[in-house]
Amino acid sequence: MANTADTPGRAGTASPLELLAVDHLLTDEEREIQATVRRFVDERIRPGVAGWFEAGTFPRELAEEFGSLGLLGMHLEGYGCAGVGAVAYGLACMELEAGDSGARSFASVQGSLAMYAIWRWGSEEQKNRWLPGMAAGELIGCFGLTEPDFGSNPAGMRTRARRDGDGWVLDGTKMWITNGSIADLAVVWARTDDGVRGFVVPTDAPGFSAPKIDRKLSLRASVTSELVLESVRVGEDALLPEARGLRGPLSCLNQARFGIVFGALGAARDCLETAIRYAADREVFDRPLASFQLTQAKLADMALELQKGFLLAMHLGRLKEAGRLDPRQVSLGKLNNVREAIVIARECRTILGANGVTLEYPVLRHANNLESVLTYEGTSEVHSLVIGQALTGHAAFA
Amino acid sequence: MNIVVLVKQVPDTATERKLSAADSTLDRASADGVINELDEYAIEEGLRLKEAHGGEVTILTMGPDQASDSIRKALSMGADKAVHLVDDALHGSDAVQTSYALAQVLKKIGFDLAVLGSESTDARTGVLAAALAERLGVPQLSLASKVEIDGSTVRIQRITDYGYDRVEGSLPAVLSVVEKINEPRYPSFKGIMAAKKKPVEKLSLADAGIDPALVGLAGATTQVVDFADAPPREAGTVVKDEGDGGAKLAEFLAAKKFV
Repeated sequence: MANTADTPGRAGTASPLELLAVDHLLTDEEREIQATVRRFVDERIRPGVAGWFEAGTFPRELAEEFGSLGLLGMHLEGYGCAGVGAVAYGLACMELEAGDSGARSFASVQGSLAMYAIWRWGSEEQKNRWLPGMAAGELIGCFGLTEPDFGSNPAGMRTRARRDGDGWVLDGTKMWITNGSIADLAVVWARTDDGVRGFVVPTDAPGFSAPKIDRKLSLRASVTSELVLESVRVGEDALLPEARGLRGPLSCLNQARFGIVFGALGAARDCLETAIRYAADREVFDRPLASFQLTQAKLADMALELQKGFLLAMHLGRLKEAGRLDPRQVSLGKLNNVREAIVIARECRTILGANGVTLEYPVLRHANNLESVLTYEGTSEVHSLVIGQALTGHAAFA
Repeated sequence: MNIVVLVKQVPDTATERKLSAADSTLDRASADGVINELDEYAIEEGLRLKEAHGGEVTILTMGPDQASDSIRKALSMGADKAVHLVDDALHGSDAVQTSYALAQVLKKIGFDLAVLGSESTDARTGVLAAALAERLGVPQLSLASKVEIDGSTVRIQRITDYGYDRVEGSLPAVLSVVEKINEPRYPSFKGIMAAKKKPVEKLSLADAGIDPALVGLAGATTQVVDFADAPPREAGTVVKDEGDGGAKLAEFLAAKKFV
């Protein structure tokens, strides 16, 4: 196997997270899972990601490689899933996102949105039918909740499902759907006479289409789509029997959001490691950029936030493992860590100067990706208001 | 088929490795221990042979306590169980003594095929496969870039300077592999989680029937008498292209015998 020690993101004067010796917070298994994903990212994602970003694609064939590692639905039990703990799941997200937020998004949407929806709210038949193939990466899923006019307010959704004989007919449009155009199945949330219900819709059903959204400036190494449902007929067996109301989809988002608390730090770490290496090599006024006080102050502040963010993520991870994680805590983690990650990515760009704006280096790619991460899975604004409500008792967003 | 893969823990080649001033043996504290790279290919080949022909893959490691990290990694790739020969008296054993100790263990646990990397990245003697085959009285199939098993016959492609030889032998046998043979798999998350529960049998010298007089630094047949740090890397040669850059490069490569 190729020696990965000198690939980008590995070597460097100091790994920002080693300063705090955070390794001590991890079990042997967690370290092993993290090291495995890191190596996978170094060997299978880093070499190609700038090209995918430029071309606006995510290679479909990576799905089965993700699957054989156990990255898809890794935190779920049974049905071919690995069943790892919350921290191990978070660490895997962090390493994937150190490669690219698109790679982490792929795993998040497959595992925490589409698979989790079926695993948590589906019938035994649905689980057996879909989950093993999804865990293996042979089947790709997407998750349709957001609509063109309803993002933070999913309760306003217009997509409708009406009973028709022994099945259902779905009509509506979903927007900003990761994996949509490459998916084999879509978990679609729709308004019914019985409140919001979830459906597993095969993407080859007549009336279903998923045009790709092009011309993005962010998450380019990820497929983003619109889902168009025009009188799509599905059987009763497509209905997720256990989910009623928005609690269904929101529970899924909470899973994915937890992964982002760790994931965003991966992007930030990759930027910071890149900036530290760059500053060590780059000479300005005949001495290394790293020897300037302004540079060191930037690096120190970024390392500080990265480490604080990691400790926050670890705390939430251990709470989740103990079954004591409150969704408001996830809001706090996502708000802080994505916000700090994007600041770090932009600051690192300044250290790299003009080189920072190219795809030769990952920093602006990460910064651009994090614009999407800041908004999806609950906008930073909504997370602020969730925390505001927790502190004051007043709901300011509804 | 009973496949035993011999796995050695070596200092990470990516870190600066040191010998201990006291007895000229490896200073294990100076570098992280990892699986010898070629042994990863041996593990992969063992797993593939098992997947094709059935049976069991056992990891056999001789080394100090910390080698258990490498054993666990090998188990997480999918091996079924492990035997760890660990005893302070083994410290400083050379290749001849190591082959004796490992042959004793192989006799004790039994095997149809013993697989190992063709050399280690630390001592690089590259003699273990031959010595084991001799001590065990079985065929040695060395430097394999391809392996097929048909009944009790093993056929390999043995890489050579001019291409490869086709070599055939019968089981039981010792097989050494080169990195061309396969692409080692990543440990899967399920494998990582299952590794902890897989049996690892620890053997002392007495357990394995190894005569303490025949192993260890004191009785080693070879000895490191002196060592020196690698000289610091010299500054590279800059070739300025003044119309003859190509010729100069070719001269340089020819002088270094690269072309």
